[in-house]
Amino acid sequence: MTPLRDAFLSAIVALGLCGPLVGLVTTSGDRGLSIHARPIATAVVVGLVFLGRLAILSWRGRTRAEAVQANRAFAERITRAGKYVTPVLLVAAVALPFTGSRYYIDLGTLVLTYIMLGWGLNIVVGLAGLLDLGYVAFYAVGAYSYAILATTFGLGFWTCLPMAGILAAMWGVMLGFPVLRLRGDYLAIVTLAFGEIIRIVLTNWVSLTNGPNGITGIPRPTLFGLAFSMDGGSGTFAGFFNIEPEVIQRIIFLYYVILGLALLTNWVSLRLRRLPLGRAWEALREDEIACRSLGINVRNTKLTAFGIGAMFGGFAGAFFATRQAFISPESFTFIESATVLAIVVLGGLGSQLGVALAAVVMIGGLEALRDFLSFLGDQMNSEVFAGIASELPLYRMLIFGLALVVMMILRPRGLVSGRTPSVALTTVKEIAPDLVAQGRG
Amino acid sequence: MLSVSGLTMRFGGLKAVDELSFEARAGDITAVIGPNGAGKTTVFNCITGFYRPTVGTIVLTHPDGGTYPLQRMPGHRIASAARVARTFQNIRLFAGMTVLENLLVAQHNTLMAATGLGVLAVLGLGRYRAAEAAGVKKARHWLDAIGLTARADDPAGALPYGAQRRLEIARAMCIDPVLLCLDEPAAGLNPRESEELNQLLLRIRQEGCSLLLIEHDMGVVMRISDHIVVLDHGKKISDGTPAEVRADPTVIAAYLGEGEEDEVPA
Amino acid sequence: MAYALQQLINGVTLGMIYGLIAVGYTMVYGIIGMINFAHGDVFMVGSFLSLIALLGLAALGITSVPLALALTLLFAAAIAALYGWTVERVAYRPLRGSFRLAPLISAIGMSITLQNFVQVSQGARVKPIDAVIPGGIQLMDRGGFAVQLSWMQIAIVVITLTILAIFTWLVTRTPLGRTMRACEQDLKMAALLGIDTDRTISLTFVIGAALAAVAGFMFLLYYGVIDFYIGFIAGIKAFTAAVLGGIGSLPGAVLGGLLIGLIEVFWSAYFSVEYKDVAAFSILVIALIFLPTGILGRAEVEKV
Repeated sequence: MTPLRDAFLSAIVALGLCGPLVGLVTTSGDRGLSIHARPIATAVVVGLVFLGRLAILSWRGRTRAEAVQANRAFAERITRAGKYVTPVLLVAAVALPFTGSRYYIDLGTLVLTYIMLGWGLNIVVGLAGLLDLGYVAFYAVGAYSYAILATTFGLGFWTCLPMAGILAAMWGVMLGFPVLRLRGDYLAIVTLAFGEIIRIVLTNWVSLTNGPNGITGIPRPTLFGLAFSMDGGSGTFAGFFNIEPEVIQRIIFLYYVILGLALLTNWVSLRLRRLPLGRAWEALREDEIACRSLGINVRNTKLTAFGIGAMFGGFAGAFFATRQAFISPESFTFIESATVLAIVVLGGLGSQLGVALAAVVMIGGLEALRDFLSFLGDQMNSEVFAGIASELPLYRMLIFGLALVVMMILRPRGLVSGRTPSVALTTVKEIAPDLVAQGRG
Repeated sequence: MLSVSGLTMRFGGLKAVDELSFEARAGDITAVIGPNGAGKTTVFNCITGFYRPTVGTIVLTHPDGGTYPLQRMPGHRIASAARVARTFQNIRLFAGMTVLENLLVAQHNTLMAATGLGVLAVLGLGRYRAAEAAGVKKARHWLDAIGLTARADDPAGALPYGAQRRLEIARAMCIDPVLLCLDEPAAGLNPRESEELNQLLLRIRQEGCSLLLIEHDMGVVMRISDHIVVLDHGKKISDGTPAEVRADPTVIAAYLGEGEEDEVPA
Repeated sequence: MAYALQQLINGVTLGMIYGLIAVGYTMVYGIIGMINFAHGDVFMVGSFLSLIALLGLAALGITSVPLALALTLLFAAAIAALYGWTVERVAYRPLRGSFRLAPLISAIGMSITLQNFVQVSQGARVKPIDAVIPGGIQLMDRGGFAVQLSWMQIAIVVITLTILAIFTWLVTRTPLGRTMRACEQDLKMAALLGIDTDRTISLTFVIGAALAAVAGFMFLLYYGVIDFYIGFIAGIKAFTAAVLGGIGSLPGAVLGGLLIGLIEVFWSAYFSVEYKDVAAFSILVIALIFLPTGILGRAEVEKV
């Protein structure tokens, strides 16, 4: 098939797909719904598909084998560069607040939250090979635990943080206990259902959670008892150090809190990987039956992975609550679970560096996209774009969804896909991704 | 050592194993042989806890006198408490982990006990470091025994087939078993590898571990076994020393084949 | 009693809709072993296509209700089938034979894409329509409670059963069905025996999407209001139904759909509407603990 013919057929398919949904729009009016035609928009979409297909076909002149080769070379480069990338990233993370830009610090805090969630889920999915589609549930448990404990009993962040983690871990174990013997996609759907159950309960148990309105006035964390309030009194950070109270001080403090929590998650995962427990997780991912034959208690080992992963989710949730000072069930939808899982998979299962890079790319990318779209919307003040300029921000998630598909097709095994052995007799040699299993559980 | 009595395993209407009784003596290499579909692997899976027998008892007696009713124990306890290790017909190594890691995973319970509920070891405290050094030493011992020391840091999945077979045996030995069950260890090996395997099995017996093996390769069976149990259609048809079994007319009849159609999946 | 009977009728109606969606999940899972996450959204797209077709036909001046409904159904099924085909071609086929999680993430991406595509193109507001087939029959009236069986409900059950009958015939009696079953048994072997597996998989998606569109069509007529988000919850519930019935089993999918529909309706009627989804999911968890392979699923003997 010639490229032109192929692109033409694609355009016809696009016409079939978009003809009804883009070409005919239903709008509510006084007398119910009415329908209007939108020929220009349809023509634009079909035209874009035609050109896009042509572009893909000309760009993809190389064969599949070459693509695999290129992928592998890229992965090896990243792995080798990992030695230098890690310290650079770390220094950049520590130095970020010195830019003094509130925008960047906020963005950094957001990215770090996802990095932490990604590292937490990585224990479950990447190491133990258990597919968890409801990770957001533990994030929610952590956030609500802190919010409720703080607003009801007046407990501080640092007291509640471990409790939030423990509660989340308990939920993880309680859920895991009956379902972890299920394999593969059954586990996936049960965890997904569990995530939804938690969200529905949070929405409807109004007396405890204040329902869809959420919980407000969640206290901020303190630095060894010093609050970051604006009055500048003696018990506050600004008062103690005798400086002008500024909002940015709190922002920076929160940033370092999440940086510390994320690094703690990373450190614990890295340590565990080198211990029998972590090795047993990876062995489970490789072959559960062999594990059983070697005397490993499969269920308990899975439970520890589930529980520890949930605990870090709970920590992250508590941080989220204290940072926002407001939480509602809306923040804990499936899309969050999906995003974190996508970060783990795109990062390369089991790779700490990969997860961090993927979180930067995805969360940073989403934010950049938001800015770009609103910038674009602002530029389109001519009549021609009247219909579309105000709607541009809505395109963000549409592009995000497509980007997920494209990223998976280009890098199905993630950014950093090799596996580093946890112990060596002489030299540590990277293991090729083709050998590493992804688990069936 | 191992005493199987009245073992019956039904899958729906199929009787894969029918009223099987046999003994495996301590220090012996006992072989279970039989035509395809005779129920050998099913017997193995019952002994190692992967199947729960419909009827019957499987009792393991340790050299120190402790007894373990294997038919009632959960699968992982059979390995960790009763110390019965096994290998698989289709090799089940942790392909994405190194050879050394495979051998350390096998020592999971010993090493785990040294981590102080994990907390101490995460903090780098306690006696875990020494325990791991001991674990590596034991792994090293078996690596030397199977001749794979040079490849300790390579992924198990990248080893040649024969080496994978040997590694699986070494891995099973790392749980310090009293009984090692091998499911067709010689399958797919060339004559030289087969001979190396024989030496390895004899060495394992010398170190005080009894062996139970399922085998197709008569050469291996006749040369190294002390005692042979012959199954056909889930029933025991012969039991004795290699010479006795070889002379048994029912065994010859079963191997020459009759009524292949009604075979039971193993 | 009368109240319970009414709930039974409502539950069966809803169950039929879930069952139709569940068939799509179970077929795809049976053949390529993946959760087609975008399937619920194809159902939603089918619902929007039906809405657009109904309004469009009304605008063209077609007043005969049966004709309008038949045309709408055909249109929605055809275009949704094209969606199913495209989703498979764009998001799944390039990842065939790849690692287990890549197609899953790709499917989630596709689901997000479809949802936001409809939100962008049709707006985020809910779309209400007037009842297309009003009225019904009153079965009984006891203690002041009238048991209603609406024409709509009858239509839903009749259409579902007809479609399922055609579908069963397709799978069990035609060469196409035979190749599909062969692919389900062993994709590699089927390919070796000269079956065009890519084509068969595409057809599976096309059929599944068409069935989902029928469900979307009936959802629109039954509830009279849709939005771009209906695919998510309906999708999870239909997948739950497929798992409950035993994934890979077509009768199981329908049975599971009926069960989920009944549980949801009875729970709402007797306990609380808010927690109906919790009930459905909890039943799933409990069912899986006691029946790990679902009701009609094949028991898998662990091969070691």
